[in-house]
Parts: sequence; C-alpha cells; structure tokens
Amino acid sequence: MSILQYREALNQAMREEMLRDDRVFLLGEEVGAYNGAYKVSRGLLNEFGPERVLDTPIAELGFTGLAVGAAMAGLRPIVEVMTFNFSILAVDQVVNSAAKMLYMSGGQFGIPMVFRGPGGSAHQLAAQHSQALEAWYCHVPGLKVVMPSTPADAKGLLKSAIRDDNPVVFIESEVLYGLKGEVPEGEYTVPIGVAEIKRPGNDVTIIAHSKMVHVAMEAAKDLEAEGLDAEVIDPRTLRPLDAETLVNSVKKTNRAVIVEEGWPFCGVGAQMVDIIQEQAFDYLDAPILRVTGTDVPTPYNKSLEHLAFPDKQRVVEAVRRATYRN
Amino acid sequence: MSSGRGVAHATGGNVAEITASSTLAERARRLSPTLLKDLLEKMLLIRRFEEKAAELYALGKIGGFCHLYIGQEAVGVGAISTLGPDDYIFCSYRDHGQALARGLDPGVLMAELCGKVTGCSKGKGGSMHLFDKRLGFYGGHAIVGAHLPLAAGTAFAARYLKEPRVTLCFFGDAAVNIGSFHESLNLAQLWKLPVVFICENNEFGMGTPIEKTAAIQNLHERGGAYNMAHAGADGMDVLAVREVVAEAIERARKDSLPTLIEAQTYRYMGHSMSDPTHGIYRTKAELEEHRKKDPIKRFISALETIGVATQEYVEETDNRIREIVEQAVVFADQSPEPGRDALSADVYLP
Repeated sequence: MSILQYREALNQAMREEMLRDDRVFLLGEEVGAYNGAYKVSRGLLNEFGPERVLDTPIAELGFTGLAVGAAMAGLRPIVEVMTFNFSILAVDQVVNSAAKMLYMSGGQFGIPMVFRGPGGSAHQLAAQHSQALEAWYCHVPGLKVVMPSTPADAKGLLKSAIRDDNPVVFIESEVLYGLKGEVPEGEYTVPIGVAEIKRPGNDVTIIAHSKMVHVAMEAAKDLEAEGLDAEVIDPRTLRPLDAETLVNSVKKTNRAVIVEEGWPFCGVGAQMVDIIQEQAFDYLDAPILRVTGTDVPTPYNKSLEHLAFPDKQRVVEAVRRATYRN
Repeated sequence: MSSGRGVAHATGGNVAEITASSTLAERARRLSPTLLKDLLEKMLLIRRFEEKAAELYALGKIGGFCHLYIGQEAVGVGAISTLGPDDYIFCSYRDHGQALARGLDPGVLMAELCGKVTGCSKGKGGSMHLFDKRLGFYGGHAIVGAHLPLAAGTAFAARYLKEPRVTLCFFGDAAVNIGSFHESLNLAQLWKLPVVFICENNEFGMGTPIEKTAAIQNLHERGGAYNMAHAGADGMDVLAVREVVAEAIERARKDSLPTLIEAQTYRYMGHSMSDPTHGIYRTKAELEEHRKKDPIKRFISALETIGVATQEYVEETDNRIREIVEQAVVFADQSPEPGRDALSADVYLP
C-alpha cells in the first residue's frame, strides 16, 4: 500500500491505462501544459506528448462530440471537463450521441469513452459552479455513472471505466482531490457496479456516495456514541446500481437513510427509495428518509451555503428519526 | 454561385474568386462513360427510391419523420463518388440519398425505413438513423449540427492512427447557425483534421428561408472565419459537386486539412413527409422554376449531347431501377419485425 492523494490516484490510473493501450488519449481544457485545472493530469503531456494529451478550446460540446466520433473510429478517449458544471454544455453529445449510438445503430457503434471531471458542491463557488448533477446522467440508458469516494476507488474505478466499452460518466469530488488514502501497489481495478460496505452495522443503513460517504462515516461515529450501530454503504457506481447490496443491508437493519448532495426532487436517492420499497417492503420498520441538498440554487454566502448541503448533524438527526430516537 | 473549378482559399482574410467552369457536357466529356453512367444511375436510384418512400409513408408503412432527398441527388452522388472505400461519411437526418450513393442495398434501406429487423440499423434507427459500419456510413444524426463534432472525431482518429482516411460530413444550411458548427470548424482547422464539411444549402431550414436566419449570404464564406479553405458549388450539377469535393478530399488526404463546401441545391418535397411542399413559405411557381434545373434531367441531357447515353438507355435504366426499388419494397415487406427481445438489446456492450 502507498498513501496517495485522490488526484494522484486518478493520475496514476490514466497514466497506467495510457501505457497499456495506445488508443487511450486525454483531451480537455488545461489538461496539457497547465497540468489540469486541478492537477489531475500532471505530467501526462510530458510523458505522452501533444498527440495524446490535448488542450482544447473552451468548447465542451465540440470536444466532447469529437471524442464520441473518435470512439466510433476505434479510439478510447478520456474527456476531462474542468468541472461538471460545464458538462451541461456537452449534454447533447453525451445523451444524444454517446449514450444512444449503440442502440440506434443496431449494435454497430459502441462508444468507449470516459467523461470525467469534478462535481458536487465546493467552497463558496455560488450557483453555477457548485452543484451535484449526477441525477441528470443517471437518468439516461446507455450511460454508466461512477462516483468514487476514496483514492483507492478513484484509481481502481477509473481504470475500469477506461477499459469499459460503454460511455462512462465519471464524477470526481472537487473537494476530495487532496484527500489522502491507502492505494494498493501494482495492477488492480475496482469493478463498476459493485457497492462497498464501508462500515458494517445492524441498526440502520446509511447509503451515501462521493464526499457524502465521509459525512456518513462521521455521523456513524457520533451515532455509535448514542448506542446506534449504523451500516454505511457506498454504492460507488450509481448506474448500474448494486441494488442487491443495498437491499440486503436494509433487510438486515430494517431502516435506511439516503444521503446525497443533489437536489431532492427526482434525485438519485429517490431511485434508491423506489428500489428498496419494492424489494424490501416487508422488512422496513420505518419510512426511508433522505438527506439531500436543499431545493435551491447554491447560495454564495457561507452560512447559507452550509445550510444548502447535508452535514453530519442532519444525517444524525435523520437516523434518530428513522430509529424513533428523537 | 458558380460551379467550382478550384476551391477558394482564405488567406489573410481574402477569399479568392471561384472561377466559372465550362458546361456540364464539356466537363462530362473528360470522364469515362462508366463513371458517368454510374453517377446517373445512382441519382436515378435515389429519385425512384424516394418517390417510393413517399408512397410507403402515405400508406403508413414508413412512420415517424421521413426527410426526402428529391432534388438534392447531385450533391450526395457527386460528393460520395470522390471517396475511397475506407473513408467516413456523416449525415443529418436527411440521409437516404447519401446511403444509396455509398452503396447501401436499397432493400436493406427500405427495410430500415419500415422498421424491420433486416434494416441497416435493425429497425431501431429508422429513416433518420441509418448506419452501416462496413460502408463507412457513420450515421444519420437527427439533432441539427450535432454530427459535425463527430465528423471531426473520426477525422481526428484517422490522423491519430496515421490512416489515410478522410471524413465527409453532410449537413443542411440551417446547421451553420448552431454552436456545434462553430466549435467543430474551429477544432478541425486548429488541429488540421482531414474532414470535408459539405453544407447542402437547399434554401430553407424547414419553412424558414436561410436569409432570415444567417447573417451572411454565401454560407461557405464562414470558413474564412477559421482560416479554412472554402468553396461554393452548383449543387444541381453532379460534376461540379464532384470536382469541388474531389479537390477538398485531396487536401484532406494529402495535407490533412479541412474544407467547408456549400452546395447550392433545392429540395422539391416538404422538409419532411409531414410538411407541405409549398404554400406557406414558397410558391408553387418558385418550386416549378427550380425543377427546371433538375440535376438528373440536366445530366441526362449532357450525356446525350456527348453520346454517352441514348434515350433508349435512359429508359431502360430507369425501368431497371424502378424494378430494383420494387424489389426493395418486397424485401422490406417480407422481412420480419424485430422480436420483443430487441427492445432491450444493444443498450450496453458487455
């Protein structure tokens, strides 16, 4: 094991996969000479040259579409969007081209592309630069959606995403780039579509992804002091979702709290509630509760911003309600 | 718009004059009778196929949106005649003509229009999403302008893989006003991609004349904004299109540089089968005036002038093509519908 930052783990994944397969290339704003807006692509231009690490104009729709076309012709592009806020500009290419090409061509054209970059809330970046948009992508058949919460998962999942023959939306956490963690030495991958039980427990299941995993883990620690034994599950992949692991946990704990940064209406957690109520209805001892981002654009003001996103306290309170402890 | 002899370059902001070329018959004389007959037969095939498609649409055998190519045959046929077997083609949703020009079997095409499993996209794409990887036919794309970046992408891949493959990308006049046009052309020139963008200016984006939506008259001059070679071509003259596109293809293949071409053409039918041919946005007289410049009639007349085709040959050929189209309908009619299992197939690769 070595200790790496989340961003370094992502960098290693790209580097290793570019060494492994000549068809893999990286394009995006500032990914080359500038080493990436968040330094995730540090050193790749030097090592692989400008043919494989391409600085693009600020033209998300254009360069994402170019990547889809390159994938149709047999390449395996990694598209870096500087942040997922700007991915909205490329949604037509991701949804209408990448996700549907295989289907509407009767199976002739798969799109092996990774569409990656940081998402989620960040510090006082206000309404247009601080939001969680994963639910948008999760809605679309043909896409896979991956959101790692640790350096080890970041590396293993990104390697799997690059090797996947389907378009993978890979949403990193903007505020986790500096997070350090143990990363296995040598070659390894983490499979797409497999959740991880971060903390086993018997009293309640807390489901959280990306940086909310860390909030959930802190909440679980506090709850332990109250005598509540929470099981924390990180789905890691949102589509395809590892429903089995979620459902089995709820069958054991009989209660679930789902945490996400995104907006509540039609959020990722709403889908999880649907799956759990359908597959574990008779096991539930309380309504499934959700802790979500507040249903507002992100405010700039620091104290308002704090109110807009889930924190440890809100998770603890939700668990108390789910266990009738309040 | 003159038929292009040379492709105009934008250098230092100056667009060179496009020199007028000789008559269609004179230019035809320089080409082999085999090639000329092939061009004529392809145009006739498209015309007869599209007339039949209109019938099947009226009968309810073809559903959804169905955009016919009648009137524009010279553009697809002339342009695609310049390609090699490994080159890539992208189209908008008005894609039947280019697919036939590329050699897609008419039966397989008709089956796709009818939603049959034997169609080129297994009946799941339909009229607007024709694909045939083997032919380098990379689709039928139905969001205006959205396939231009894809075309830049296959061109990028060709350069990346050091393959001498060129991409030819067709789109309508209305696409020049959308952001993806700008982003694609800028990237193509910036990265020196072997792609030829060919704008089929049929004068209308659905029911709106292009002069009401574009702030420039000669659309190909937009290429100048990217320092990209650009040219106009008479899109009702199959050899003029061929000449201009051939030069652009050579530039792409030899120098890995893009070109923007505008082929001035005209569609005889409505925007799609659910739209009127005339009445709201153009008069019947206007339509008739354009029909006098019919690309097929003009070409037949030129071939007769130089003795490559006789009236008898044309009639025979037309009858043979009508029979091919009839057989295409029989094939489509007799082909099975996709099974229920097709619904969820091909959403993901394993």
